[in-house]
Amino acid sequence: MAAPFSQTRESPMSSNPEQRPNLYALTWRLPIIFWQLIFFVGPVLFMVAMSFFLVKNYRMTEAFEFVNWSRMLTRGFFWDSYWYTIGIATLSTVCAMCIAFPAAFALAFRASESTQRWAIFLLIIPFFTSYLVRTFSWFVILSESGVVNAMLGYVGLGPYTMLNTNFGTLVGYMTLTLPLVVILQTVTMANIDKNLIEAARNLGCSPLRTIWQVIIPLSKTGLIIAAIFCFILSFGDFVAPFYLGGSQEPTLPILILDTTKSGQQWPRAAVVAIMMMVTLFAIAFTGIALAYRKGKGAK
Amino acid sequence: MKQSRTLNVILGLYVVLIFAFVFAPIIFSMIFSFNSQRFPTIPLGEFSTEWYAKVLADPDIWKAARNSLIVSCSTAVIATFLGFCTAYSDFRYNFRFKGPYLALILLPPTIPLIIMALAMLAWLSKIGMSGQLYSIIIAHSVLTAPFAMAVIRLRLNQMDPDLESAAWNLGGSEWQTMRHVIVPFCKPAIFSSLFLTAAVSFDEFAVSWFVSGLNSTLPVVVLEIVQGNIDPQVNAIGTFVFLTSMTLVVLAQLFFASRQIKGMHA
Repeated sequence: MAAPFSQTRESPMSSNPEQRPNLYALTWRLPIIFWQLIFFVGPVLFMVAMSFFLVKNYRMTEAFEFVNWSRMLTRGFFWDSYWYTIGIATLSTVCAMCIAFPAAFALAFRASESTQRWAIFLLIIPFFTSYLVRTFSWFVILSESGVVNAMLGYVGLGPYTMLNTNFGTLVGYMTLTLPLVVILQTVTMANIDKNLIEAARNLGCSPLRTIWQVIIPLSKTGLIIAAIFCFILSFGDFVAPFYLGGSQEPTLPILILDTTKSGQQWPRAAVVAIMMMVTLFAIAFTGIALAYRKGKGAK
Repeated sequence: MKQSRTLNVILGLYVVLIFAFVFAPIIFSMIFSFNSQRFPTIPLGEFSTEWYAKVLADPDIWKAARNSLIVSCSTAVIATFLGFCTAYSDFRYNFRFKGPYLALILLPPTIPLIIMALAMLAWLSKIGMSGQLYSIIIAHSVLTAPFAMAVIRLRLNQMDPDLESAAWNLGGSEWQTMRHVIVPFCKPAIFSSLFLTAAVSFDEFAVSWFVSGLNSTLPVVVLEIVQGNIDPQVNAIGTFVFLTSMTLVVLAQLFFASRQIKGMHA
């Protein structure tokens, strides 16, 4: 029978990868394989195939033509949207990382352990809570006569147009990403060996230089992973640019939405989706390679 | 590090500001839901339960709430089952292609929902399974199983691997050991996973919107109302949605955190 799994290397009963799995092992191993093959790999592969299908008289027919690809990739509006989406998702990532950093720094180094735990506990709640309704709430708060402009009015400012601008889109992206980014940054920095920071300070390193040359290099992996998640979330979100940004400049997710919902052009939407996935994988892999690269960390 | 008091105060205020930003939309939505104004702003209008009355009188919303309940409960059970199986397989066995095996379950959350929505819609239509409540359940199980897997895997990490062999040495079969040792040990994580996956499913709108056909869930109804204009009904529905999913996430976290204490008896 299967040898027991053991995490200690010295254990005499270490597991053997080549052993044939018995019924018990297969019972636990197979469900997810079947489920994900049918309902995850299936859809994704079908979407790739679909990008070569044809649409005639609003009906999709199976084919292997490059029409959709050539039509989408030669259009200016696709590339405008592509670079705009990359640009605003990058901006969102930079903003989230910068806005989150001081808070994460405070929670990691200045707060007590219980405060830290409470903060993370509280931040997990909004991350899993109704992003859509939160965005709608911002729509009301930021509107021309909304709460923010009313408050600014008391001190004689405004009203400012915040909806249907890139600012609105960014507020939405921050709503989506900030809790997660603060959590990831805090956890990463809290795990740094405090003695190294102490040593840098004792050797006469200024606080800012300590952050720049000790803390950031030591938490590089976690910071890059936070940035990747932030980019993926912003890049793929259609709610913020649609409702708060007014979709004046459609992002790729909005393009997918329009092409699918109004035009019935599923194959062309599939082209956009595949371009998005390729871009995301490229960025994620580059980021991960950077994050785990051994090299000149803290000097 | 040298502690400068003013700097600490500033940093503390900054953290409060970040939390204010994160929770502002939730709190305002709740306040506005009891506000008589159609376009809520400050100063607030009168207290009113008008929007709640409207929402409660709408049969479509009742139907959507029922759909949401069915979808999130079913998703929670399926995703937690799948997550448990995978977490246990990963904990107990080494096998070839384990990397791709784990990628299979962990990848879905890294793919934007709008893409999953399109892919699911196309595939489920192709195999004749779209436009039904179970279509949403299937799609949500794919999306949430990784969360279940992560929660349960972390719990298994805390189990002494010798516990299982000890049970076998005492004469228990693998199946008995699963039933009497491993499942009880994982119970807090299983509950945590049920609540968390239910919360994620309860709030998911993109995939639901694409594959649901006429069987809207609550977030889809919100999406459809919001497309028109500002309608304070959304705040009333939103308050209900917030309270539900926040309760679920808090419960998930409490069960997850309780593991250390309860784990002692397992």
